[in-house]
Amino acid sequence: MSDFWILLTGALVASCCGVLGVFLVLRKMAMIGDAISHSVMPGIVIAFLLSGSRDSLLMMFAALLCGLLTTFLIQMFQQSGIQSDASIGVVFTALFAIGVVLVSLYARQVHLDQDAILYGEIAYVHWNIWELGGVNMGPKAVWLLGITLLIISTVIGLFYKQFKLCAFDPALAAAIGIPVALFHYLLMGLVSMATVSSFESVGAILVVGLLIIPASTAYLLTDRLGLMIALSVAVGVASTFLGYGTAVLLDASIAGCMVCAAGFLFVLAFLFSPSQGIIIKKLRIRKLA
Amino acid sequence: MERIWSMLADPNMQWIFLGCTLLGLSSGVIGCFSYLRKQSLMGDTLAHAALPGICIAFMLTGIKSIGLFLIGAGIAGIIATFGIGYITRNSKLKQDAAMGIVLSAFFGLGIVLLTLIQHGSYGNQAGLDKFLFGQAASMIASDVITMTIVCISLITICTLLFKQFKIISFDPGFARGLGYPVAFLEQLLMLLIVVAVVAGIQAVGVVLVAALLITPAVSARYWTDRLGLMVVLSGLFGAVSGAIGTWISASVSNLPTGPVTVLAATLLFVVSILFGPQRGLVAKRLLRKSVKQRYQRENELQLEGSIKKEAAL
Repeated sequence: MSDFWILLTGALVASCCGVLGVFLVLRKMAMIGDAISHSVMPGIVIAFLLSGSRDSLLMMFAALLCGLLTTFLIQMFQQSGIQSDASIGVVFTALFAIGVVLVSLYARQVHLDQDAILYGEIAYVHWNIWELGGVNMGPKAVWLLGITLLIISTVIGLFYKQFKLCAFDPALAAAIGIPVALFHYLLMGLVSMATVSSFESVGAILVVGLLIIPASTAYLLTDRLGLMIALSVAVGVASTFLGYGTAVLLDASIAGCMVCAAGFLFVLAFLFSPSQGIIIKKLRIRKLA
Repeated sequence: MERIWSMLADPNMQWIFLGCTLLGLSSGVIGCFSYLRKQSLMGDTLAHAALPGICIAFMLTGIKSIGLFLIGAGIAGIIATFGIGYITRNSKLKQDAAMGIVLSAFFGLGIVLLTLIQHGSYGNQAGLDKFLFGQAASMIASDVITMTIVCISLITICTLLFKQFKIISFDPGFARGLGYPVAFLEQLLMLLIVVAVVAGIQAVGVVLVAALLITPAVSARYWTDRLGLMVVLSGLFGAVSGAIGTWISASVSNLPTGPVTVLAATLLFVVSILFGPQRGLVAKRLLRKSVKQRYQRENELQLEGSIKKEAAL
């Protein structure tokens, strides 16, 4: 039964990240995803210190605020003349450092493990059960991730056209009256939500692997946005299963193995993608010659 | 206060203090070039990519020595650089996605290896996880000496090749025209970044070492338009934050060095962004105010002039 819950949690994380990652990769903002996944850390810690529990709405809200603050600061520094990647670097390292200092100062008073935030403990997911009136409703993490996935797919589904246009041609989107900045912040808010609801399972640092790698893999396989989202989710879920299997075999970190599996699938797509793959391209050239 | 002085009197502590200051200095200097070449996040990627290199070096030899880790992490960093370049050249993925992929895949591999080491029968692995956030106090004399040598040689190389690095930072095409080996110099600069990152890992940690490259350079940019001065200032900022970081983290128990150093650097950055001459927010505000006042004064003069003219008519 524990295997089932772990795999379900992993699959939910991969789906949340897969959908959002597509837009990050298309808008060339992969590193902003990385920055947000680091900088929600102080939000998580502060909310934890205030509420004392791991899965509160407060934590979600604090992380959302942190994510939006990161986006805002990055944009502000960029406008004041700092190069974009340098402003990303300054902002997320500073926020992450605040988070780590808070954890190390208060770690002994509260039950918050630094390692758990960073690498996640998906193996313990099924111990943290949500009980409603004495009835076992399954792990809390699954519920939290399920709700997050529901919110993400509702928002993306409702504004699919707008997100699509913003991803491919922000200038045109602005010209026909779509509030591009609003959708930018909306996307970043969703990314922070996805990060905070998955940090318990895969950790704050490896979330970025599940955000970017499956989406990039899907990007190499297709040219259609809808198909790309579906493929990205599929690749993410596949790497969860593959990674869990490997982790059990090797007795190693589950989150680490999941990201490695995603990396492995990316390499496969990079080499053998029917339209983009290096080896396929070489073969085609040889056939022509 | 007495505790602080007694701490500084401790010879071991003096070494660590010196090492971290030098580390901040050298990363600040190299960070300037990587900032100007728009490769700030490369440091971050290389730092994360170094983790599997360090783990493999430990697994193969079973000893914790900064020299071996430097070699392992250096090799991993070079593979990561080539990986990013290869992905960007051979697919439609852009550099940011390529960096994200390499960063997270390498880091994931590093975490897997780290857990393998922890669960496996490798003796004496305690403290390997200190690499994630850095614990300067855990360094021993030989580590500090290696770090000092590395930092001094980095600064020396940068001083000797200052002119060449200056040209390839601002105008690589011109450098090629002059006959400089641009590709070689670029690779060399990348290698120096790798070395600076790896040297910093033990003191600042894998996750945050990139900040030592980025933040001082960005702060220094606010004070000057001249590269020479910028490099000096950035080195100074880096050195000060390294010193403050070591000092505070050693005086409060259970506080890793890395985050404190980064926060010190960030504080300097905030001061720079507020009070830098010409570019700083305060200076800009003042400039705007004075321009507005001058405009109003001139307007008033003109108004007076036209009134006089009308009166004369």
